[in-house]
Amino acid sequence: MHQMHGAGETGAVQPAIELRGIDKRFGAVHANKEIDLKVEKGTIHGIVGENGAGKSTLMSILYGFYQADAGTIHVDGKLCDIKGSEDAIAVGIGMVHQHFMLVETFSVLENVILGVEGGAVLRDGVDKARVELKRLEREYALDIDPDAIVGDLSVGLQQRVEILKALYRGAEILILDEPTGVLTPQEADHLFRILNTLKEQGKTVVLITHKLREIMAATDNVSVMRQGAMVADRKTAQTSPEELSELMVGRKVLLRLEKGAANPGATVLAVNNLCVDNAQGIHKVKNATFTVRAGEIVGVAGVSGNGQSELLEALGGIRAVCEGSVTLNDQDVTPGKGVDAAELRRRGVAHVPEDRHRMAMVTGFSAKEAAILGYENDPAYQKGPLLDWHAISDATAHMMSEFDVRPDNPDLKAANFSGGNQQKLVLAREIMRDPELLLVGQPTRGVDIGAIEFIHKRIVAMRDAGKAVLLVSVELDEIMSLADRILVMCDGAIIGEVSAAEANERVLGLMMAGVDPNEAKAKAAEGQA
Amino acid sequence: MSNTVELPRWIDVGALPLLNLLLALLVSALVVLAIGENPIKVVEILLYGAFGYDEAWGYTLYYTTNFIFTGLSFAVAFHCGLFNIGAEGQAYIGGLGVTLAALYLDFLPFPLMLVVGIMAAAIFGAAWAYIPAYLQARRGSHIVITTIMFNFIASSLMVYLLVNVLRPQGSMTPESERISENLTLPFIHDMAASFGIDMASSPLNLSFVYAIAASVLVWLFIWHTRWGYAIRTVGANAVAATYAGIDPGRYIIIAMMISGALASFMALNEVMGVQHRLLIDFTAGYGFVGIAVALMGRNHPFGIFLAALLFGMLYQGGAELSFEIPTISNDMVVVIQGLVILFTGAMEHMFRPRVTKMYTAWRLRRDRMEAA
Repeated sequence: MHQMHGAGETGAVQPAIELRGIDKRFGAVHANKEIDLKVEKGTIHGIVGENGAGKSTLMSILYGFYQADAGTIHVDGKLCDIKGSEDAIAVGIGMVHQHFMLVETFSVLENVILGVEGGAVLRDGVDKARVELKRLEREYALDIDPDAIVGDLSVGLQQRVEILKALYRGAEILILDEPTGVLTPQEADHLFRILNTLKEQGKTVVLITHKLREIMAATDNVSVMRQGAMVADRKTAQTSPEELSELMVGRKVLLRLEKGAANPGATVLAVNNLCVDNAQGIHKVKNATFTVRAGEIVGVAGVSGNGQSELLEALGGIRAVCEGSVTLNDQDVTPGKGVDAAELRRRGVAHVPEDRHRMAMVTGFSAKEAAILGYENDPAYQKGPLLDWHAISDATAHMMSEFDVRPDNPDLKAANFSGGNQQKLVLAREIMRDPELLLVGQPTRGVDIGAIEFIHKRIVAMRDAGKAVLLVSVELDEIMSLADRILVMCDGAIIGEVSAAEANERVLGLMMAGVDPNEAKAKAAEGQA
Repeated sequence: MSNTVELPRWIDVGALPLLNLLLALLVSALVVLAIGENPIKVVEILLYGAFGYDEAWGYTLYYTTNFIFTGLSFAVAFHCGLFNIGAEGQAYIGGLGVTLAALYLDFLPFPLMLVVGIMAAAIFGAAWAYIPAYLQARRGSHIVITTIMFNFIASSLMVYLLVNVLRPQGSMTPESERISENLTLPFIHDMAASFGIDMASSPLNLSFVYAIAASVLVWLFIWHTRWGYAIRTVGANAVAATYAGIDPGRYIIIAMMISGALASFMALNEVMGVQHRLLIDFTAGYGFVGIAVALMGRNHPFGIFLAALLFGMLYQGGAELSFEIPTISNDMVVVIQGLVILFTGAMEHMFRPRVTKMYTAWRLRRDRMEAA
């Protein structure tokens, strides 16, 4: 199974990529510390590390977005000066970004030839491209219609268009940045099959991810980054998830949170037949009905984009609902009819939104300004008609010490905190109001492992204090370790509920793909047998 | 993670505007050279004309007053993310409010009249700004387009009113009746005289003091009240505002109405302070220059004061210049003013990337040397 491609020491085969002493600073941040990396030709090479470990910076240097302060890049043994993505493409490096760079209204073919149309008249280029595209699809079993409109394709297929784009430009080395973040487990498996085909055809794949499961399943070699440094290179067959996660964090972490049994009380939140439309009038949430009781954490699992965001935003009073009702402690709080985010806050609903930068804070504000967002009318923060910045500063300092926000400077610009510390500040702002109901979306997105543990503990502490918690996350591990009950959403509908005890990745994965819960459980059991 | 470090405040609000200003003056010098005059002499006359003697100071500060109001007007809207180009029209309509109040409520004693005049201007200016604000907030019509249009509408409306309604019988000029003399704002030189201080006479009047007060109030409002906080939140991130329960539409309307009111205070200076009647086109472009004033002043009242002073100087010194050097016509002065607006306002970001890059490189070297 595992082939020993890594006989590079003999000198017979040059590595596909060799980085020597790559060093990069952003102001005070030392993002890459003298990184050495060898990627052997014809292998799948994983790069793992926490968020902020410097993986993306390293790949951006390789792809020419940034210039290294020091160090050299060698492709196929030749020294390369990569000043921009054109240079990277010229030496055969292709990149599939986390966020796709596609024109949604164009066809697959049009997207693929974008920028390499070959001449002023489109037709010749298009005809040539069509032939080439057919060949690539056959060779790599990509299975995609060149005339389909990209906007109509599923996320998994759009990703294949990105891969196709890179291959069409003659990529011999393909870099994928967190490619499975938007995929169902089944789609991810398909992607890994494609990557294997690419490998068999002699291409080299670099896979950046923070998901250890994927590294174990898909790669030949793996390099681990921690705090800007390359700390280990391993053959995947000779390592384990436990070893890798230790290397990533530098200490042993509890992957599964220790928590006691839930002790649910009265119903706090009751959602009945809720429908939410997006701006285009398309149903994003369809007839959702569920309850959250005091003293329990209800998790909402689903592939991102299946209505969880809209559900959370509606419950937070940001989005109007078009049908159905919401009650909080038996009082009607259906958003839209005079109930907005401010009213919900007054009634004891705290909301940690999914998107920290877009919604939870104003990045240009100072920490103390960020710490009163949503609570700026609180009488404790006023002195006559003016804001009492002393009181606000003290309150912010208190939040910072309670939630271990570093640096603990209320005057520092919010944008200058790391993602984890920004998130802790947002959580502090919402949790320290002692709400009845905590709505929390992707609480640990872009947060390092040390902070994840802390944040999870605070959420469980909320539950143990008898509060109701609704947790939306696309991280199955997070949902499974935190939630007492798990609702699965697919295409806007809640297709089933699983108790934490009977949840596993396979069942949830099948349900997330729209398989009926009972069928999913049966299938999952079958698979295990 | 960005590739550059943030600029310190002294570069951001000090060195950069100064650099832009110097470039504007350099290009102006080339233009002056091209018509065969000595740029050094021009600068000398300009500075002398603006600050060289008592009367010059008075005129400079009189122009400054207008720029402070229109600059503040632009800044308040800008903090809410709105590009209000309508100060011109809002001030014009505000002038109508002041004039109507002074003409029809002429029985009021002066102190009360002052309050009523301020309120009338504010109400008229704010009402004129309300319509584009409402259209932006609730209908999504872009504020830039609507405020431009409202400048034209205001202009036409005022011509109609001045020609057909406000013009006294028998008069051939499109202007209103004079307002009663005991209702006009006192000149600073008159006020000084009553304290026994001798000052040259100039149009500088009490509204300058009000402009300073308005600057302080705007500063308090924007950075020290929850409404200012809400306005800044809407301006910086409307999604975050909605999340926080701040209705962006509501604060767009509030910010625009305050902006309109501030613009209209320019009419206090012109109508109640200097002209003592409503003149056609009395706004004379101050509303537009206010945009450059606010941008150069980084939308901060103190910066706006400094920038307003600069433009006041250019206006007064420029007038002196065209008087002293006949080859430098009034149009030439407009060219110089235009260059300053161009470089400090419109091309404000020309040097920024380069300066940021240089500063970043310098910081990196320093950090590394400290580390070593």
